[in-house]
Amino acid sequence: MRHLLDFYLTLMKMAVLENFQYRVQNYLYMIGMIAEPVIYLVVWSSVAVGQGGAVDGYTPGTLAAYYIVWTLVRNMNIVFTPYGWEARIQQGQLSGQLLRPIHPLHGDVAFFAGWKVVVIILWLPLAAALTLIFKPTLNPSLLQIVVFFVAIWGAYLIRTMMFSALGMISFWTTRVSAIFQLVFAVELVLSGRLVPMPLMPLWVQNLANYFPFQWTFYFPINALVGTLTPAELLGGLGMQLFWIVLGLLLARFVWNMGIRRFSAVGN
Amino acid sequence: MTTPIIQVNALSKHYQVPIRAEGLKAAARSLFQRSYKTVKAVDEISFEIAPGEVVGFLGPNGAGKTTTLKMLSGLLHPSAGSGRVLGFEPARRAPDFLSQITLVMGNRAQLSWDLPALDSFNLQRAIYGIPRAEFERTRDEFIELLELKELVNKPLRNLSLGERMKMEIAGALLHRPKVLFLDEPTIGLDVTMQRRLRSFVAEYNQRYGATVLLTSHYMADVEALCKRVIVIHNGKLLFDGGLTELVERFSAFKTIRVTLAGSADLSQYGEVLEQDGAHISLRVPKASTPQVTGRILSEQQVDDLTVEDPPIDDIIEKVFSQQSAQGDKG
Repeated sequence: MRHLLDFYLTLMKMAVLENFQYRVQNYLYMIGMIAEPVIYLVVWSSVAVGQGGAVDGYTPGTLAAYYIVWTLVRNMNIVFTPYGWEARIQQGQLSGQLLRPIHPLHGDVAFFAGWKVVVIILWLPLAAALTLIFKPTLNPSLLQIVVFFVAIWGAYLIRTMMFSALGMISFWTTRVSAIFQLVFAVELVLSGRLVPMPLMPLWVQNLANYFPFQWTFYFPINALVGTLTPAELLGGLGMQLFWIVLGLLLARFVWNMGIRRFSAVGN
Repeated sequence: MTTPIIQVNALSKHYQVPIRAEGLKAAARSLFQRSYKTVKAVDEISFEIAPGEVVGFLGPNGAGKTTTLKMLSGLLHPSAGSGRVLGFEPARRAPDFLSQITLVMGNRAQLSWDLPALDSFNLQRAIYGIPRAEFERTRDEFIELLELKELVNKPLRNLSLGERMKMEIAGALLHRPKVLFLDEPTIGLDVTMQRRLRSFVAEYNQRYGATVLLTSHYMADVEALCKRVIVIHNGKLLFDGGLTELVERFSAFKTIRVTLAGSADLSQYGEVLEQDGAHISLRVPKASTPQVTGRILSEQQVDDLTVEDPPIDDIIEKVFSQQSAQGDKG
């Protein structure tokens, strides 16, 4: 256990060092990512104003809070992609990782977690600028803030597990991009990335309950911006834990089935 | 006899490769009926290696060397047969097994491209859970042996290929593995750098009693490091024994180099390979070498005469071409 902790801390530190080297690139990437929530925000704010100041309880102020927090959650949602797994399996880089006495998934979790540290630091001034422009309504309690900080890491882990399991399909087939695109499309609708879940038709909201996606996006944002009771906040963390464990079991299962097929091509 | 550290028993790796003729018709047919061909990358090879041995693993491209190394280091599951390394079944990839081996490939980079090697070395420490004091001792020892002092603080991307390879080797051995699988470790390096890496491997082997299985296309590597060689071709084991035996077995000829007092035609004694004034090289069947040497000495005015085995490269090349010819016939 101490060995693993040491590994995580060392790799996270390396990821921080590497990503600070690419800080300008990281920053431009983050700025580019802001276009999406700003468009959603402008559209839904106009709708709210048009409907007399609020749409389903969301005012321009709470919508601004939703989409500004969105920018951090979106960044926390960046994990080693299924495309990364596809390349790693098909081009053989997985070989090098297989030689280590530590599972590659640990490496991914640690490396991207280190990157998140850089992202959070870079995000702060960006959030400040967006706050000045869009004037969000945001008055979280201490519990909400604490739960939010746990929930963004929960979101990170759910997405890591789910997309690792998905990416490992590459052990069986070389044409996985179409599957990934489909999952990304479903995720966009069911996660709360497009709009806050209460603005979705009821049947979509019901459908979302059967998928992990809203726990990676809507829940962390809502924990900070919404009006959840302490029981709902802690229950939400419990749901995140459930999806993390389920994702981990799924990833393990797919891994154990798939690794026998790995042909260590190339290098 | 000590217990072997590597035991390979009828180890095989077969691949199913889809085959499809060209053209639209064939493409349409393959939608419904796919035909496969079995490629035997490694075909029932067996050998044993004792602790501390340095063995050269030779064969032309595509012979199955790398596939074998990948099976022995746990990257590939064998199709049949078994390999045991340090008492472990490699494909299970037990952490205790992985902590005691290393696989270095000359064409693959493990260390971070953007950071100085020292940072990557520290990550190796964390990966293998090496106690800090031991890690620092080994690291400093390698830095000295490989002359890395000036380089370890520079990002890897700023180093030359040879310098990077030295770093890769150092990084791959920091956990002091007991078994080293080296796949073309000197590929693309200049002669000086090759020599440096070679002496490092030899030094490591002596210091820690490590077992080494090495593939290389540079026979100088093999001659310098390995007493024993295993030769495979088309997935099959052709030869396993001493390097000198290999020469004995496969070279039917010897080279006689003569320096004469005057000039003469020596073609009556054997095939003249080279003639530069009074310096002449002759190729003579091995069996008749003593007789021919005696004749030259008594019949010619000889200043100097040596009998040599042909270069090892030539012998290996001959082994493979003989085998290919036999394979074609069969």
